[in-house]
Amino acid sequence: MSTIIERPGTQTPEGLNCVFEKPRAMSDKPFHYCPGCSHGTYHRLVGEMIDEFDLMSRTVGVCPVGCAVFAYEYFEFDMVEASHGRAPAVATGVKRCLPDRFVFTYQGDGDLASIGMAETIHAAARGENITVFFVNNGIFGMTGGQMAPTSLIGQKTTTSQAGRDPMLTGQPIKVCELLSSLDGVAYLARVPLSSPKNIKTCRKYMRNAVRCQLEGKGFALVEALSPCPVQWGMTPGDAIDYIDEKVVKVFPPGEFINKLND
Amino acid sequence: MQAKRRLVKGNEAIALGAVAGGCDAFFGYPITPQNEVPEILSSEMPRHGRVFLQAESEVASINMVYGAAAAGLRAMTSSSSPGISLMMEGMSYIAGAELPCLVVNVMRGGPGLGSIAASQADYFQAVKGGGHGDYRCIVLAPWNVEEMYAFPGIAFDMADRYRNPAMILADGVLGQMMEPACIPSEPPAASHPEKPWAANGRNGRSHKNVANSLVIDPHELRDHNRKLQAKYQQMQAECKWDTRLADDAEIIVVAYGITARIAFSACKLARKRGIKAGLFRPITLYPFPAKPLLETAANAKSLLVVELSSGQMVEDVRLTINGKQPVAFYGEMGGVIPSPAEVCERIVEAAQ
Ligand SMILES: Cc1ncc(C[n+]2csc(CCOP(=O)(O)OP(=O)(O)O)c2C)c(N)n1
Ligand code: SF4
Repeated sequence: MSTIIERPGTQTPEGLNCVFEKPRAMSDKPFHYCPGCSHGTYHRLVGEMIDEFDLMSRTVGVCPVGCAVFAYEYFEFDMVEASHGRAPAVATGVKRCLPDRFVFTYQGDGDLASIGMAETIHAAARGENITVFFVNNGIFGMTGGQMAPTSLIGQKTTTSQAGRDPMLTGQPIKVCELLSSLDGVAYLARVPLSSPKNIKTCRKYMRNAVRCQLEGKGFALVEALSPCPVQWGMTPGDAIDYIDEKVVKVFPPGEFINKLND
Repeated sequence: MQAKRRLVKGNEAIALGAVAGGCDAFFGYPITPQNEVPEILSSEMPRHGRVFLQAESEVASINMVYGAAAAGLRAMTSSSSPGISLMMEGMSYIAGAELPCLVVNVMRGGPGLGSIAASQADYFQAVKGGGHGDYRCIVLAPWNVEEMYAFPGIAFDMADRYRNPAMILADGVLGQMMEPACIPSEPPAASHPEKPWAANGRNGRSHKNVANSLVIDPHELRDHNRKLQAKYQQMQAECKWDTRLADDAEIIVVAYGITARIAFSACKLARKRGIKAGLFRPITLYPFPAKPLLETAANAKSLLVVELSSGQMVEDVRLTINGKQPVAFYGEMGGVIPSPAEVCERIVEAAQ
């Protein structure tokens, strides 16, 4: 596939004005994500951050195991593919050895809050100077829609077929609230990826999270509440409505910690 | 720097050997009987401007090693049996992604929580892969404190050359015992080969580097596996071994690590009783020194394998000897260490 990439403000060979472009940090590889999934949106926002802060030459990204397992195909900077849940430990290994690199992880909620919870909490507690881009879609997308620790009460998944029962599996884990008690955390924010306005807010939060690392403040995490229409059994539109009506009630958006000006 | 002869503990030697071998980063979680390794490195590494971090678990340790190795640095961890079990997924990823690193296992008794006494019951786990998938680690088995000091550097060099994890397989006795050894007070300059494949930020490089073990296409994964297997074949040329009193031996005793020390004493006792016994000591457990063993045992009447296990390396010895001579086995389990006299009795039995 050949693509001509133009910069905004320039003209294409056909004389058309370029008003929107793919970030330079992203490759030409088409996303494999389902229709209505926001992994693609979040990837793009990551790419924008790398461009905006001119980090391409010194970025090492760490991909998760989950639907974003192929993230390294979509970016043009160096990456490490971690095992399920261990991205914060892998990122710690890179960052401790190469402190002048920009090191981030990109993780789903199964990866970050289930199998990898220990690595998440300890990286945060150490104030590890890394940035975590966290996709919370309340389900295990990749393996076929099983219950996640973040699934809502009553949510039907392939392993909670009658709906999540709190007597059996407890209440959803709220990662931002959980990490808020740790002194090593420099930045924590949550935002639903449910509208252009919210995506702009997400961009703002991500900018803060990147700055935290560049300014050596410590652990930064942005949680994006995301739809998984396929495993939720909804249309993309309904999935967005579900986030705005149901998910945000359990996972309230906003900035939890911001030590940028400390 | 003049190396003075002094009393050195095995674990101390591993730690100082890692520094001398050019280790850039150490990540580990405490477990007996290897605790002196992280304890010493917690001050030695920063003193040399290198990285030391106590991880939250062995799972985290090995994944920190993975990250540091992917970024092109000489990274290591150290643990003992239960902790090594926790690292198996990570080691499989590191082998799959073809990254060099060093893992030290100061073996203790198992299964389960077992004991903190010396054991050699992790041989299978070390030399047959251990984690999932078709992969192998380079495995080095020291038998004294001087080798505990020398092997980290050798292991790092081999790991770099093959882009493969290397392991030092020691045991609780080797870790805890002290003996005189010559260890320089300041480490020599270690070699650091170029790593053009490292995922360390593009910094002008024309292409991106990705450290990865995911190969979704079955044909591509088959080809990747074939490449790994070819690499393991190539490693065979690197096998290392040691023989003592073996030239005229009628019985060859095969043992590694601390057991080889006991077996060597036993061979000398047996010779006093008129039995020509000699020692064959594999130094690389993987690649296993099969050809040298065959050659050493060519004129022997029989072999005896001695291990601190129920019989693990003996399988590789029997595969090598392939029925040419009888191969007897003597093993002790659970941290029980046989005396040279006990091993000598087995030599006498096996020689009959
Ligand atoms: C050790 C291990 N256990 C289980 C799996 C299977 N697995 C792959 S992805 C996944 C869950 C992914 O869910 P999440 O992190 O929420 O990401 P999503 O797919 O929803 O983006 C699981 C359980 C694995 N690859 N490795
Ligand atoms: S399964 Fe869900 S998370 Fe995975 S790509 Fe599809 S919509 Fe996205």
